[in-house]
Amino acid sequence: MTDAYVIGVDMIKFGRFPEKTVPQIGSEAALLALDDCGLKIQDMQALYCGNLGQASGMVGQRILQEIGQTGVPVINVSNACATGATAFREAWASVKAGLYDVVLAVGVEQMGKGLLGGGGGATGIPKEGLLGSGTMPAVFAEAGMEHSRKHGTTFEQFAKVSVKNHHHATMNPKAMYQIETPLETVMNAEMISYPNTKLMCSVNVDGSAAAVIASESKARELGLMNRAIKVRASVLTSDPWQERDLVMPDVNTCTRLAAKQAYEMAGVGPEDVDLIELHDCFATAEILHYENLGLCPDGEAGRMIDDGEVELGGKIPVNVSGGLLSKGHPLGATGIANIYEVSTHLRGEAGERQVEGARIGLTHVIGLGSACGIHILEKAS
Amino acid sequence: MADKPLPAVGYLKIPENGKPYLQGCKCSSCGAVFLGERDNCSKCGARGGMEEVQLSNQGELYSYCIVHRSFPGIEVPYVSAIVDLEGGGTVKGNLINVEPEPDKIPFGMPVEVVYDDALGRKDRDGNSYLSYFFQPR
Ligand SMILES: [Zn+2]
Repeated sequence: MTDAYVIGVDMIKFGRFPEKTVPQIGSEAALLALDDCGLKIQDMQALYCGNLGQASGMVGQRILQEIGQTGVPVINVSNACATGATAFREAWASVKAGLYDVVLAVGVEQMGKGLLGGGGGATGIPKEGLLGSGTMPAVFAEAGMEHSRKHGTTFEQFAKVSVKNHHHATMNPKAMYQIETPLETVMNAEMISYPNTKLMCSVNVDGSAAAVIASESKARELGLMNRAIKVRASVLTSDPWQERDLVMPDVNTCTRLAAKQAYEMAGVGPEDVDLIELHDCFATAEILHYENLGLCPDGEAGRMIDDGEVELGGKIPVNVSGGLLSKGHPLGATGIANIYEVSTHLRGEAGERQVEGARIGLTHVIGLGSACGIHILEKAS
Repeated sequence: MADKPLPAVGYLKIPENGKPYLQGCKCSSCGAVFLGERDNCSKCGARGGMEEVQLSNQGELYSYCIVHRSFPGIEVPYVSAIVDLEGGGTVKGNLINVEPEPDKIPFGMPVEVVYDDALGRKDRDGNSYLSYFFQPR
């Protein structure tokens, strides 16, 4: 099988664009990614489009209705917060399989403000606040408290994740926010679901990201290998059965399973990875994934954040983009935006936030329900 | 309108004569315990062979969070709790009769399942509902 490469990749600056349609927002990233590699929509042999909010709305076709109706196959993908990563992976798989030489993957989302999750059934009475909470901040607070139970992780350690990611975002012009949030500010922000304060919840924003994926021979033929990014691993898992999973969503087991498969596929270990964009939908979640991705032994995630090992300049920088906490989390776009961030570092084009000498990077997303997507990327040699 | 409260969820059973209880089922192949009824086992993939079981009203607090912001009309703060029941089964619900403060809520705290009106919530036909809660034992 051929290797597959990202030859063009970009994202729009995340923000709030109520005056635009979902296809318009998606088109912007699609055009940016095409420009990044100097190709046209007519060069794309298929479109893989990730979007959650209009999952039945043929968003991919409507993107082509904005930028070029070429008649190619369009595959619309919806997979919770792993939607973008899944669209990317389907695009990658089609190239790996030899079905196409060059394809486009787009992730896009237009979000409202406010709490996600916690919707009740259609019959009877509302269950939110009666049978616990199904809101996302609560679900991820409970997952964080499970880590506290096992390892004594503190509210302050969770809060430090948010301090770090907001700091990183001050160096990312495409992030939603560029503001420093000191520890006291994070801890004293409005408590949403203890231990997650408002500044420890991802930002609901509108956004899009896109990638052009090509076979090795196509990338060479186009003369685009000098900035190409090799996809060393692409993995998707669902939630294996766990004792509490159906009542308390388990983001750990599916991540550990995906990480194991991804490291095997890439032939690397966590010690070989130079930067990571992981799914910090809530500050509590980021802590769990240091261990889930093998960055440290179980029980040491709190120490990692205390020691600054996951900051820019640290042993293994995590979420130098600002993460979902500060860059923002447009659900369907996030997976591809992560790939843009890592690719930008591997190309040495990340400016002020550049992870020096980055050679291998990893992206991770979790869609609750659950889906875990991991990609390991490397600068083409 | 029903003359008696209806169960807030399907796995809460209200017998004609007897006390309400939470219902689960157990896989006769691998022993996995699930909340409510189901046909097949998602742990081992066995088809059929699910035995109905009455879940215990005793358990311990596995994890929780303290909800300070919810949807309009929902009283906060309250404790959203995950409880492991004795003999199997994990249930989520409100933990009541505790102060909503982290240092007042120890992990592993023994709790019991209690049954009460569903916080006054009624459906559009005016029916009342019976729900379940956890409280320290
Ligand atoms: Zn079974």
